[in-house]
Amino acid sequence: MKMPPLDEAVLARRDELGAALRAIVGAAAVIDNVEALRAYESDGLTAYRQAPMLVALPSVTAEVASILKLCGEREVKVVPRGAGTSLSGGALPLGDGLLLGLAKFNRILDIDYANACAVVQPGVTNLAITRAVEREGYYYAPDPSSQIACTIGGNVAENSGGVHCLKYGVTTNNILGLEVVLMNGEIVRLGGKNFDAAGYDLLGVMTGSEGLLGVITEVTVRLLKKPATARAVLIGFAANETAGDCVAKVIAGGIIPAGMEMMDRPAIHAAEEFCGSGYPLDVEALLIVELDGNVREVDEQIDRICAIARACGAVSIRSSANEGERLAFWAGRKSAFPAVGRISPDYYCMDGTIPRRRLPEVLRRMTEMSARHGLRLANVFHAGDGNLHPLILYDANKPGELETAEKFGAEILTLCVEVGGVLTGEHGVGVEKRDLMGTMFTESDLAHQQRVKCAFDPAGRLNPGKVFPILHRCAELGRVHVRKGQVRFPDLPRF
Amino acid sequence: MEPVFRPASEAELCAVMTWALGESVPLELVGHGTKRGYGRPLRTERLLDMSGFSGITLYEPAELVLEAKAGTPLAEIERAVAAEGQMLAFEPADWGPLYGVMPGQATLGGVVACNLSGPRRTTAGAARDHVLGFSAVSGLGESFKAGGRVVKNVTGYDLSKLLTGSHGTLAALTTVTIKVLPAPAETRTLALLGLDDRAALGFFGAVARAGVDGSGLAHLPLAAALRISLDEVAREGTAVTAIRLEGTSTAVEERMAELHRLAAAKGTVAILDRDRSLAFWTSLRDVGPFVADHGTNALWRVSVPPASGAAVVAALAAGRSIEHFFDWGGGLVWISTPLADDGGVAAVRTAAASVGGHATLVRAPADLRAAIPVFEPEAPALAALTRRVKESFDPRSILNPGRMYPGV
Repeated sequence: MKMPPLDEAVLARRDELGAALRAIVGAAAVIDNVEALRAYESDGLTAYRQAPMLVALPSVTAEVASILKLCGEREVKVVPRGAGTSLSGGALPLGDGLLLGLAKFNRILDIDYANACAVVQPGVTNLAITRAVEREGYYYAPDPSSQIACTIGGNVAENSGGVHCLKYGVTTNNILGLEVVLMNGEIVRLGGKNFDAAGYDLLGVMTGSEGLLGVITEVTVRLLKKPATARAVLIGFAANETAGDCVAKVIAGGIIPAGMEMMDRPAIHAAEEFCGSGYPLDVEALLIVELDGNVREVDEQIDRICAIARACGAVSIRSSANEGERLAFWAGRKSAFPAVGRISPDYYCMDGTIPRRRLPEVLRRMTEMSARHGLRLANVFHAGDGNLHPLILYDANKPGELETAEKFGAEILTLCVEVGGVLTGEHGVGVEKRDLMGTMFTESDLAHQQRVKCAFDPAGRLNPGKVFPILHRCAELGRVHVRKGQVRFPDLPRF
Repeated sequence: MEPVFRPASEAELCAVMTWALGESVPLELVGHGTKRGYGRPLRTERLLDMSGFSGITLYEPAELVLEAKAGTPLAEIERAVAAEGQMLAFEPADWGPLYGVMPGQATLGGVVACNLSGPRRTTAGAARDHVLGFSAVSGLGESFKAGGRVVKNVTGYDLSKLLTGSHGTLAALTTVTIKVLPAPAETRTLALLGLDDRAALGFFGAVARAGVDGSGLAHLPLAAALRISLDEVAREGTAVTAIRLEGTSTAVEERMAELHRLAAAKGTVAILDRDRSLAFWTSLRDVGPFVADHGTNALWRVSVPPASGAAVVAALAAGRSIEHFFDWGGGLVWISTPLADDGGVAAVRTAAASVGGHATLVRAPADLRAAIPVFEPEAPALAALTRRVKESFDPRSILNPGRMYPGV
């Protein structure tokens, strides 16, 4: 993975920068010794490692503003980091850059039930928000599998999803306001506790911007009332095609389940062995469908789904009889990644989205790729919204296997784009899919995205090397190509 | 009448833009022109009519995805999705009648450019939550796209959000891909008569805490209630507080029983069946109570934290003659003010800002819209960022210049 070349001039001024940072945040909040820096060398995408030049751990917005202004003036690159659970290398440090850790921003500032929202600092974990409000019957809807560890700031940066986002939306649909520090040290507030923010939807632009546009220092999230009841049903199929067909028929039948997940045979076996969720082992594909709402409504919808499943040829159907069973059904799915980690020394998790109807074809072609590369594959799949998570099993200790896994992964993502899908559904581009952006976007598409970057961070110092294969100079992008005189008054219908 | 460009292909549109860029000629973007009275008045000499980009180009009900050219009439799209039992869940408003235009003329591009939504905003989101991708030509005369044709996607910056609600100041949309959802099988509304503002908004809070999932929460004080035709209001002569329930018939029945129990303790209750419910919410969606005030009043759209809605109105109403109603459980306040004192701009903005909200002057004579900020003024750092974003996409200011803010 090629990262921006190290700036020797910046490295030479490392100690000066460290002293200036200590003056802002205090000595205890700056890390500069080699051993301690190593703790930050990678995020959830552990295949790539790079220790940062320095780490700073500010605890208030004013410190973040001073740090960014300082780094802007001294031409130092900055990589923001929450809990470091990114699966796309979004928080991969730079050897000549400052790693800005937001872990000390860990307080819930305001819980406002009357307006069904909470104001939290970015270092609060996703699950901690729900934990803080659940006694009043509320929760925060997006639930990425890493929710116990991942922070809300990181969720906003990556626009994280989860297993319930088909019905309740992803992060961008569930936040109301942000406080953001720009690379020039200016602090802007976007949105608030009201539904519609004024002006350009920069709240929407910040969400999913992968730490390239600004540093998030406060988030206002929407809280939802927990539904009266939730039930899940496990449906086994003898073939992936019929499982995919069932998913399409449920949605075409007008039902949007709270969650609809699919696992293939290797994933089912790995998860069952890990968790003992009670998954059937004699099926090729397993759906977990969850319905929530009022009691009779949920029962009725479960009946309808079971009828659709039977008509599609389901070989096993089991609905949760109580809350314990429902949670057990999910435990297997939610620990699919570590479960696969037990059956293989290493795994590489992909994240493309495809139009659902192309699923059988995509699964077939992935199986062919698996045979060709000699690497096993397990699939978990947010079936409702077409978000695939193929897990490529490999062994990093075997020479060449990581490279083969990366090549295999790139082929999968290219296939997703080829069938009308996208490179990433919820994990982000990061460094991982950066060089594949050209398969989905033209030069002009990427140039327009980078124009947004130029408006926020014209010198390109915030998280460079991520998302874009080539970072154009803003001066170059800003040039207006006027071909005056060449284009005559256009010959178009006028009246 | 100003000269009109009406391109019918992306190549023609790029040619128009390139010419306008070269000559620094600003353009006013229109679809069917239903909302030309929205925003700061433009001083453009030429219209860029996008209605030539029309037609649904892709609709896959089981994938929940529809793509159409930006000038496609919204009515055509709504007919197509209704035929498959689906809907645009954000319930796009038709503001044409507010500006004296016949209803049913709005285009997809116009609704997206203005980020319009309806009463279902609180549970389903606004247009911005349903735009999955687009193609457009920017003020640099270059065509580009963003997003995709699938419902879950985080590849690259979410430019769909940036373009939605940008009022045609960044790019001319040519194609828009949106998410569609199943339409509810049943819809009914409970109307509670006789509550004042504070009690009504308090009731919405109690309903939410009880877990009754209303997909429309509106309160019309008597003056506004009398402006829509509702037999119960005419008969009782009282304000009306309305809560809409949608879903399967079982779900609606179950929730209605609970809602009825909560409401019966507060006052007289009436139930609007499907047809009356649809008519009521469509009227509210399109700001029906204030359509008739054209030319005599200023119409404000005030977005506030829902629980603060009543306090904002109370602060404004002291010593002033205003009319108002609430949507979004109190989070959206429509306020009609006299034109005197610049439409009450100072008082409206102070009241909105005091609770962290903002106000937009949706309808007023052009001279008033030129004299005062139509959209909430931004703090200096944010205003500078907004300007940089505008310059990044439209460096020569040829697209609806000044529609949102001076120079933007």
